[in-house]
Amino acid sequence: MNNRKEALIPAVGVITDIRIDTPDVKTFRVVTPDGKKAFEHKPGQCAMLSIPGVGEAMFSITSSPTNTEFMEFSIKKCGCVTEWLHQAEVGQQITIRGPYGNPFPVDDVFAGKDLLFIAGGIGLAPLRSVINYCRHYKDRYGKIDIVYGSRSKEDLVDYKEIIDEWVVDPDINVHLTIDREQEGWDGHVGFVPNYVKELGFDTGKTAIVCGPPIMIKFTLDGLCSVGFDKKQIYTTMELRMKCGIGKCGRCNIGSKYVCKDGPVFRCDELDELPDEY
Amino acid sequence: MRKCSLQNLETVFEKISESMTLYIPADTKDGADFTKWTKGVQMSQALNTNRSAKDFFFPQTEDLVEFKTEGKNIEVIDTRKESEDFAVFGVRACDVKSFDILDRVFLTEPYDSYYATRREHGVIFSLACTRPAETCFCGTFGINPAEPGADVSMWKTDSEMFFEANTEKGKEILKKLESVTQSADASDVDGQKKKTGEIMKKLPLSDLSAEKFGKGMTSKYFDSPKWRELSATCIGCGTCTFVCPTCQCYDIKDFNSGKGVIRYRCWDSCMYSDFTKMAHGNSRNSQTERFRQRFMHKLVYYPDNNDGMFSCVGCGRCLNKCPISMNIVKVMKTLGGEDNE
Amino acid sequence: MQKINSTMLIEKAAQLLENGTADRVLGWKKGEFDYDITPAVFNSVDQIKKEFVFGDFCGANLSKYLVKETRKGDGKVAVFLKPCDTYSFNQLLTEKRFDREKVYAVGISCEGMADIFKVKQIAGDGIVSVSSDGENVKVETLYDGEKTIKLSDVIAERCINCKSRKCVAYDELMGEEGEIIDSDRFDMVSKIESMSEDERFGFWQNELSKCIRCNACRNVCPACTCEKCVFDNPDSCAQNKAPADSFEEKMFHIIRAFHVAGRCTDCGECSRVCPQNIPLHLLNRKFIKDIDTFYGEYQAGAQVGSRAPLVDYTEGDIEPGEAVMKGESENA
Repeated sequence: MNNRKEALIPAVGVITDIRIDTPDVKTFRVVTPDGKKAFEHKPGQCAMLSIPGVGEAMFSITSSPTNTEFMEFSIKKCGCVTEWLHQAEVGQQITIRGPYGNPFPVDDVFAGKDLLFIAGGIGLAPLRSVINYCRHYKDRYGKIDIVYGSRSKEDLVDYKEIIDEWVVDPDINVHLTIDREQEGWDGHVGFVPNYVKELGFDTGKTAIVCGPPIMIKFTLDGLCSVGFDKKQIYTTMELRMKCGIGKCGRCNIGSKYVCKDGPVFRCDELDELPDEY
Repeated sequence: MRKCSLQNLETVFEKISESMTLYIPADTKDGADFTKWTKGVQMSQALNTNRSAKDFFFPQTEDLVEFKTEGKNIEVIDTRKESEDFAVFGVRACDVKSFDILDRVFLTEPYDSYYATRREHGVIFSLACTRPAETCFCGTFGINPAEPGADVSMWKTDSEMFFEANTEKGKEILKKLESVTQSADASDVDGQKKKTGEIMKKLPLSDLSAEKFGKGMTSKYFDSPKWRELSATCIGCGTCTFVCPTCQCYDIKDFNSGKGVIRYRCWDSCMYSDFTKMAHGNSRNSQTERFRQRFMHKLVYYPDNNDGMFSCVGCGRCLNKCPISMNIVKVMKTLGGEDNE
Repeated sequence: MQKINSTMLIEKAAQLLENGTADRVLGWKKGEFDYDITPAVFNSVDQIKKEFVFGDFCGANLSKYLVKETRKGDGKVAVFLKPCDTYSFNQLLTEKRFDREKVYAVGISCEGMADIFKVKQIAGDGIVSVSSDGENVKVETLYDGEKTIKLSDVIAERCINCKSRKCVAYDELMGEEGEIIDSDRFDMVSKIESMSEDERFGFWQNELSKCIRCNACRNVCPACTCEKCVFDNPDSCAQNKAPADSFEEKMFHIIRAFHVAGRCTDCGECSRVCPQNIPLHLLNRKFIKDIDTFYGEYQAGAQVGSRAPLVDYTEGDIEPGEAVMKGESENA
């Protein structure tokens, strides 16, 4: 009995770094009290973070599994737990449990494929882990394209990393866009779904899409209209969760539990679920 | 098979109580409920308890973990004590079946140790039904109330109680009870079983069939216009959920006791408006959607994930307790009715 | 047995739809058995003829559904109201919870409703049919054949202590207007008041510890129509789905009783729906009794627009200190 993992009892984590990404997104670096990584994970998986007395919430792990020292979480301020975290200082302890959910199929389905990452706003957070994983093992994949957009330049999450590491990486193509014209921005202006159409990608690619529901919807429609099959498109979902282990019932849609059977879904699998997300 | 006279049932209770806490159905002013046995507490004649037996394994609230915080530091404390053995006496076949249904949720990986510990420490004495109520429909889900199962099956006649062990745990406890029971012949209860079988055929809900439901039926029923009509006057309370022996949704909450933070879990209901509410929206905004979720889960989603097994046992508690008398029988009859073909 | 029967109501309901008075009707729908009646919204004459029912088990108060129903489009909804339901109707109007213009109310006289749990306690399990002739209830059971029990033995507690058989609000009345009754409804409250402090605490501790926090009492209560209940609001510090300790167990019901004080019409729905049979109406009756004692007799919902003593100020109002002292000396 004692060797069984206690699924609902969290471990202690320490925030060792806080990076301000955008006006409402901060990235938190978390390690165990003795300075190690809390647990191993795969790209696309999530963790439950909590502050005792405030609450517990599910977040995608934004750092790549190839990072052996720590985990990172890019968190947008939008509820009690996130608001509390945004006020926290370095050195603050929180609790952490995980990893939860199914990862992106980086080691089998994605292997050898050209990958097209499409993200909007905070939707980059769950994809960052996959992107950096694929960059780390770039020999295993074909061409990598990233289309990322936000409301404004300031709202682009991980802008520094994008400019300093992704843009200069000769093996990947980064296409940035913002919703409206802005002083000091000479890149593309326009919504992500339209930009994807304009860029006219080869339909043999495997697409990974994440962002606000409306952006996902239009991007999917756009990709399908140019000839992508839903089986080539992956996305990751967010629903209210409490247990993270497929038991509390909250994230149940049809016969799936988003925390356990997702959060990563292939788009044709989503079509089989009742329209409740 | 063992037996004892009903007059000597108390000595059986005494014997069980020597090694573990015993709960039996006892009458209260509001009907029967499982009550801790102490000398003098009489076993109820009622068909079933108000609250289901799931409470023993999945209680309304239970503490998960405690946190002590000091400055920026947190200490996580597992406050659970060593669990005690206990026995539950007189569980009906429907509630026995509900343990199977709950086990498939809580005991599949990742394993729920809180539930598991209680299952490991609990011994279940089931009791065969002889007078099922008009609200009973366990037969719809293939349950035989004359063969109740669990660790020890029991049959009660006018003068005697019969015991048959079904599991190792059951055999062990019947062995302990040898001094207060006598050996009996299994055929002694055949008459009763046959009679119950005859009654089952005469029950008003005996023709209720679950055949039209089960695995792979999501698209058939999800968009049915009947949901709106069925849920039109649902008041969105959690009564059906909480009296149900198979409903297992829960919430996790923190409580600041003043000395620390206790993280506990408590029953939750998919019928509640805030069940799926998030900071940026709610995936089930209307009561119709929430109502549909509960019944689709019992009749389609759960079977999808569990080899066709339904997560209803036909105990009839929701029929008796729903404030507006809306229930799974009416849902099945309406959705499965001819005009929905 | 009700003087107004199903046939009369079916005819009326159908007529209201047919002549365009309303485009839907709030009423009661037949169940699987004689007693499991469901409140329902009827949209067609056909449906009314097939499923509408009225009888001794139509206890559900339909007035609260008007809050939701009147928000759906412009059409009118017809509703059937028993005398006690008309008080809730008025109270909801006083609180401006629905648009009166969108409702056609039919008051119906009521002889008191039966309580199926009482029937089952006397007649036992396996009830195949129940019917009454006004004096006796005929129950057919699976195991003991036909049984005859006195109707008075199975009348719901709230109807035994009926406060008024008078319909106080309607566009149309079916049956007699009815009288306000000098009931004994405060007897049990007085009995609890006369208990010692420990006994009284024990009584409520025992009752409220049975609560499973299903919220049925709150959700059915016509006085509980807040758009967002404090107990569901994560920002209220009071949101809880289950009692975390024995204090919170009582807090939910006490807060609720305070919140409906002066607005509760004593319709008794809270106790009717409680799956744990907690006599919740007694908490509300205690407040009603106290308000009567300290501010003069007041019946919530008797008139539309009346100012309840707790939200009104008159120079003759009792001083809070006096009320406390009076309470203490009464309980001494």
